[in-house]
Amino acid sequence: MLLPTLRRLAEMIFVMLGISIVVFLIFFATPGADPAARIAGRNATPEILAQVRHSFGLDRPLPVQYALVMERLFVTRDLTSFVNRGQRVIPAVIEATPVTLSLVLGAAVIWVIFAIIVGMVAAATRGGITDRTLMFLGLVGVSMPVFWVGSVMNLVTQSRFHNTWLFHWVPGLGYTPLLLHPWVWFKSLVIPWVTLAILYIGLYGRVLRANLVEAYQEDFIRTARAKGLSETRIMFRHALRTSLITFVSMFGLDFGALVGGGALLTEVVFGLPGVGRLTYEALQNLDLPFIMATVMYSSFFVVVANAIVDIAYAWLDPRVRDAR
Amino acid sequence: MPAEPSAPAETLLDVRNLSVSFRSEKGVIRIIEDISFSVGAREILSIVGESGSGKSITSLAVMRLITDPNAIIEGSIIYKGRDLLKLDPREMRDLRGRDIAMIFQDPMTAMTPVYTIGWQIEEQIRAHQKLSRRAARARAVELLGEMGIPAPARAATRYPHQLSGGMRQRAMIAMALSCNPSLLIADEPTTALDVTVQAQILELIQRLRRDFGSSVILITHDMGVVGTISDRVMVMYAGTVVERGPKPMVLAQPSHPYTLGLLRSIPPMHGERPFRLPSIPGSPPAPTARPAGCPFQPRCDFRFEPCGNRPPLFRHGAQEVACFLAADHLPDWDHERAIRAPGAAA
Repeated sequence: MLLPTLRRLAEMIFVMLGISIVVFLIFFATPGADPAARIAGRNATPEILAQVRHSFGLDRPLPVQYALVMERLFVTRDLTSFVNRGQRVIPAVIEATPVTLSLVLGAAVIWVIFAIIVGMVAAATRGGITDRTLMFLGLVGVSMPVFWVGSVMNLVTQSRFHNTWLFHWVPGLGYTPLLLHPWVWFKSLVIPWVTLAILYIGLYGRVLRANLVEAYQEDFIRTARAKGLSETRIMFRHALRTSLITFVSMFGLDFGALVGGGALLTEVVFGLPGVGRLTYEALQNLDLPFIMATVMYSSFFVVVANAIVDIAYAWLDPRVRDAR
Repeated sequence: MPAEPSAPAETLLDVRNLSVSFRSEKGVIRIIEDISFSVGAREILSIVGESGSGKSITSLAVMRLITDPNAIIEGSIIYKGRDLLKLDPREMRDLRGRDIAMIFQDPMTAMTPVYTIGWQIEEQIRAHQKLSRRAARARAVELLGEMGIPAPARAATRYPHQLSGGMRQRAMIAMALSCNPSLLIADEPTTALDVTVQAQILELIQRLRRDFGSSVILITHDMGVVGTISDRVMVMYAGTVVERGPKPMVLAQPSHPYTLGLLRSIPPMHGERPFRLPSIPGSPPAPTARPAGCPFQPRCDFRFEPCGNRPPLFRHGAQEVACFLAADHLPDWDHERAIRAPGAAA
């Protein structure tokens, strides 16, 4: 058990190293992407440009520049923004992390529960009217862009119907830390959770239904019936259990990507100061240190999620366990 | 079709006028056409036929495992005095796995891949008996041991893919026997296994009858398997019964041209090997394109005028044959060949 874990860790570090190099090259070394020109401003004279380049170390060879950025990012942790001088990158990311985690964790709970319900009900009534309705709604959920759903949600809960009994409890946009006011934290996140979850309920519900219907074609379902088991037990213990393998691996990857900043649009629409919004702002200003930091943070979660999916896979499917 | 008079005194299962059809775009397709048969207590009945002859559908109908909503099942299946087709799903579920158990051709795909063998046997025991998990596990291990699996306690902790085909089939049988069923339906239990393992599995099925007093319906297309263990044989073709009788009689004097063809396509154990094994020309008709009259007639060397009508089951002693050649007495093939099929006599 120790050796595979170590190997996995080494792989993770290697992948992150690769990502950091690629990101560095894209933003610092692509022709035309001159960071010094960004920092010096639009009308900078060549002298000022040269001065900026020197003071930020941008006139050094690329490998040295890369090493410097990485050192300031991970070792001394004093990399500062190019745009808002003096704003440190690492504390900003650390501050944004709980916001993103709150958003994504809550949404994940909602989407997993509802997707399993939708998938199972649709599979149990396959071909019937309930199945068709649910799959149609799922398709609608998948098709609606999250920023649009978010805006509509805001329009409805913050403005048009805010003063009705239905939505008067919804607080204004923004984030309240969990430890400060747990109840306000919850209330302010319900609408963002639902918004983010809609897409995934549709997607996961449809995938789970397809997997369940496929599982019901399997010989072992016939065996389970021949054993005299109840339909409920067959559904939960045999069909669902074997269908969850795809579900879980998809979940791991999506969850990792969302925690890594993929919930950007939801965060921006609801004014949640999470990592996604940090990335969004950094990209708008082409704030290279922030971009480096958020991309590294994001890749870390994606890589960790991948590793967890692998472990979960082995746990769910004994055949995978033996294949190693 | 008349009921089978040769049924043994103590009848366990009595299938009467069973028809299975499926509604489809092309209209209703009949798969099983009005068949009747019975299984006595402690009897091994073999159902033989090519793929598509309806033998598997027959067994699934008995278990009420045809879940297709377009299936139409008619007739009656009397088991211990109760018509299985009239039971409500709950009663049927109680019967399945406890009274009537089934084993399938490929134990690789027939067991849920994510649970251990022991867990799956335990699950069946606990579905029908009030037993603690520990007691059920002990029983599962005991059964695995009785099925000749070495180190049964260890085997119980293994997943299906970790066992060999023969061991998996043994585990499958152990599971089927876990509640001491009165009737075991074995759908091609040895087809996926190699020959030595086949023999062991057949031995196991025979021991079942001896030790547990169970009846067995053995579905196979392998005449060798039939010769090894059955008491009675029923040959099916295109959803109908073409011949039926005690095994020694059917094997010694096959009386339907189809049975004859099946037996002649087995290489002889002794004597000179034929240059080429005879085979039955053509292939079984699709359920949508079954000929009028005798379904075997297009492939038959012996067809003559009456074959345009559907032959009833003619009865001679304990043997029954659905062929007009057997209308008065069991056919003498050398004679028939000489007068009706001169090409095949050479």
